[in-house]
Amino acid sequence: MSERTGEREVGRSRPRKEDARLVTGQTNWTDNIGVTGLLHLSILRSPMAHARIERVDVSPALQRPGVVAAFTGRDLAEGLASLPCAWPVTEDIVLPDHPAVAVDEVRYAGDPVAVVVARDRYTAADALEAIEVDYEPLPPVLDLEAALADDASLVHADKGTNRCYVWPLATGESYETVRERADVVLHRRYHQQRLIPNAMEPRSVVVTPLAASGEYTVYSATQIPHVLRVMLSMVTGVPEHKLRVVAPDVGGGFGSKLQVYGEEVIALDLARRLGRPVKWTESRSEGFLATHHGRGQIQDIEVAATAEGRLLGLKVDLLADMGAYLMLVTPGIPILGAFMYPAIYKMDAYEFTCTGVFTTRTPTDAYRGAGRPEATYAIERIMDELAVEVGLDPVELRRRNWIGHEEFPYTSIAGLTYDSGNYEAATDKALALFGYDELRAEQAKRNESGDSVRLGIGVSTYTEMCGLAPSRVLRDLRYGAGGWEAASIRMLPTGKVEVVTGTSPHGQGHETCWSQIAADVLGVPFEDVEVVHGDTRSAPQGMDTYGSRSLVVGGAAVHHAAEKVVEKARKVAAHLLEADERDLDFADGVFSVKGSPEERRTIQEVAFETFSSHDLPDGMEPTINAEHLLDPENFSYPHGTHLCAVEIDTETGRTSIRSYVCVDDVGKVVNPVIVEGQVHGGLAQGIAQALYEEAVYDDEGNLVSGTMADYLVPGAPDLPEFTTDRTETPATSNPLGVKGVGEAGTIASTPAVVNAIVDALRPLGVHDVRMPCSPGRIWEALRSAQSDRSGWEGAERS
Amino acid sequence: MTRISVTVDGTKYEDEVEPRLLLVHYLRDRLGLTGTPVGCDTSNCGACTVDLDGVTAKSCSVLAVQADGSEVTTVQGLAVNGEWHPLQKAFHERHALQCGYCTPGMIMAARDLLRENPAPSADDVRHALEGNLCRCTGYQNIVRAVLDAAGSTEPSAQEVAP
Repeated sequence: MSERTGEREVGRSRPRKEDARLVTGQTNWTDNIGVTGLLHLSILRSPMAHARIERVDVSPALQRPGVVAAFTGRDLAEGLASLPCAWPVTEDIVLPDHPAVAVDEVRYAGDPVAVVVARDRYTAADALEAIEVDYEPLPPVLDLEAALADDASLVHADKGTNRCYVWPLATGESYETVRERADVVLHRRYHQQRLIPNAMEPRSVVVTPLAASGEYTVYSATQIPHVLRVMLSMVTGVPEHKLRVVAPDVGGGFGSKLQVYGEEVIALDLARRLGRPVKWTESRSEGFLATHHGRGQIQDIEVAATAEGRLLGLKVDLLADMGAYLMLVTPGIPILGAFMYPAIYKMDAYEFTCTGVFTTRTPTDAYRGAGRPEATYAIERIMDELAVEVGLDPVELRRRNWIGHEEFPYTSIAGLTYDSGNYEAATDKALALFGYDELRAEQAKRNESGDSVRLGIGVSTYTEMCGLAPSRVLRDLRYGAGGWEAASIRMLPTGKVEVVTGTSPHGQGHETCWSQIAADVLGVPFEDVEVVHGDTRSAPQGMDTYGSRSLVVGGAAVHHAAEKVVEKARKVAAHLLEADERDLDFADGVFSVKGSPEERRTIQEVAFETFSSHDLPDGMEPTINAEHLLDPENFSYPHGTHLCAVEIDTETGRTSIRSYVCVDDVGKVVNPVIVEGQVHGGLAQGIAQALYEEAVYDDEGNLVSGTMADYLVPGAPDLPEFTTDRTETPATSNPLGVKGVGEAGTIASTPAVVNAIVDALRPLGVHDVRMPCSPGRIWEALRSAQSDRSGWEGAERS
Repeated sequence: MTRISVTVDGTKYEDEVEPRLLLVHYLRDRLGLTGTPVGCDTSNCGACTVDLDGVTAKSCSVLAVQADGSEVTTVQGLAVNGEWHPLQKAFHERHALQCGYCTPGMIMAARDLLRENPAPSADDVRHALEGNLCRCTGYQNIVRAVLDAAGSTEPSAQEVAP
């Protein structure tokens, strides 16, 4: 049996175990699954944003050869409950019914209207055009403010309002009081455009029935097989113990697969009705309409400060676009931001209100960062404006307000206890890597010379609450589920190890990282560990993967479970070595008797002895396997400082990122190269919001940017080379000292880029550019600043 | 139905296909070669990129009948006797993939670049891959991997076979 070399696994940049199947094309995507008798589902979707369904006739589709069945929303409504919303954020929230297929009314372009099941995907797709639907158009509801007017058209007429909820928070002193003693009060309005997540793997679901016993296996490209199992059971009435949910290899999610989708429900229901396996795979263009969107907020933010730039208070009023229906965690997304507006800063008063608004657009829900990028954007943008107002360098303004490293643990004005951090260290490192002073000097020179290509420097600091965890806090937020995670470890007879996790990776590398964690605690070779995940039959308990929670909750659970294995194995080893447990050392997978190191048993030998069970301590259960469910007491609070230098051609409005430096503190690191990869990907998505991406709707409520040709997911030439580095302030809330990293890059990068753009253009009279800061928008901003200025100069002359 | 004859990853197939059948669906649904995935329907993402008679093609934008008489290489045909292609190795070593959905197309497109330009700059790599979208990596490690693989010799069946 192999023994360990002694080098610690945690902290090593191990190339990933996952890669072998991914680079050779042997991946098990859901759409790869084929079974005998498989039928293909296709879905007819509303071409209108809002309409009454007068008539749906699927019978012409049934005439087509190869079409097995077709159903309307009314056909399917019986026996299916509303699609679930697990986060009703207030007691009096308006919760509309959400049928998987619309019955009387369609409420967004893309709302399902009828379904066809056929022998192959082409036949199923063709048959949709035979379905006849009569629509009576209703007015679209698209403007968040107009939607709240008394005479507004209603998305859900039976609810009598488009106001979904109002969620307030007020902490510290009264904001009004601190406002009165402030020297400076700044108010700004920022727009968070809608974003479309665009995981590279389109959604897909396959359901295979075992009709005789009423059992179903649901394969889905999902982030949440465990939650999905519970919810599918509740919506369809299939008993939970008759449902197995499998997330095979899943090609990215970014929140978009943290959902219980109508198509998953429909596929299960049709497999039940027809007794045959059913597959649905979305096309990309279909996904633009049918997969939930992200962001979509109007942010009114006000800061009150002293003349020296010390923050006194912060007031935030949000309008959040829910879209047409509340999906799994739709209403909670802006609330995750509520706690993050105060960011890393100290202040005396904080007031926040979020109003959720229904519109006739695709529902919104989690998208990488989920509430926290929005909050970080608004506070970091207005901090730059405040710096200008009080005449301070933006970094200096932040220094004057942030929590000092000696002040941790620190309870923020919003009531979160930040366990650890060192904002000074991260910022100093970032400034040095960036060459901040040199770039400022160059900027001054170029501004003076009137260079037509302007240099802008943007800074953004951030912290965020992630590692979505403490179940009691989630209860207080009215979230429907807990925040624990499960891990169990099976010691196989030959000494190999199976780590069973409740997390559900879709690109993050859990197979590699959990192997590293378990290998260290158990003292077994990395190669001897296999990670089992994503199948409710083999990994029966879990809360799945989202909110940068997997490592800090699930990885820490693996650590604890492995420790339990060692303790059980110690009893067996002590018995076999005829020694007292307290007299055993354990290092690198070897139990040895203190003082007689030749008296030894490896943990892998103990596994075999336990399997044979011929000579165990009296009364001992014959296993050293162990399980651990972890419910941490706090969130995880990564932080960092991001710096961006842009060059903007004022003649074309084109922005190019000249350099991007970030120093993130995600605590201890299990696999540095994977962490770096997470940061890179996060930066790409945050930069994409700043520069490229927007879900654009026309006045009728049609999604105009409805294909990859129209919605600008950045390609390789559109992104810069990043300089990433880290500081390491261990988390105190888990034994690994780790903090979440999945969303950090996205959270910090958007304001860093826009701050850089505004910094470049401020000398030309531009104070804001609405995202995405396309060349057109920048050019418009420059033109309007120019005409404002000439108008003003003209007025002065007269 | 039209009769076609296509060689895919060294194996010759003859089939009756609908004239409208996309090459990618022929590979996936008829031949069971699911290593080549579909990422979009507007030929923007490049996930389905294959080698068609020595040039890259997005197999979602080619009909199976157009591949009649052709030789197709997919990501599943790159390893020779179990030895990975230098790009496969470099993607693994450089952590140039996360979810891996874009990886087959990315590797096929990079292979085409390196045939044309065996010593590309980072900028050359970025521009050569502009038709292949990745949502996970931010491309930096993909660029590193392709630069690493540049100059390595592609294994060929003749050299490796006993």
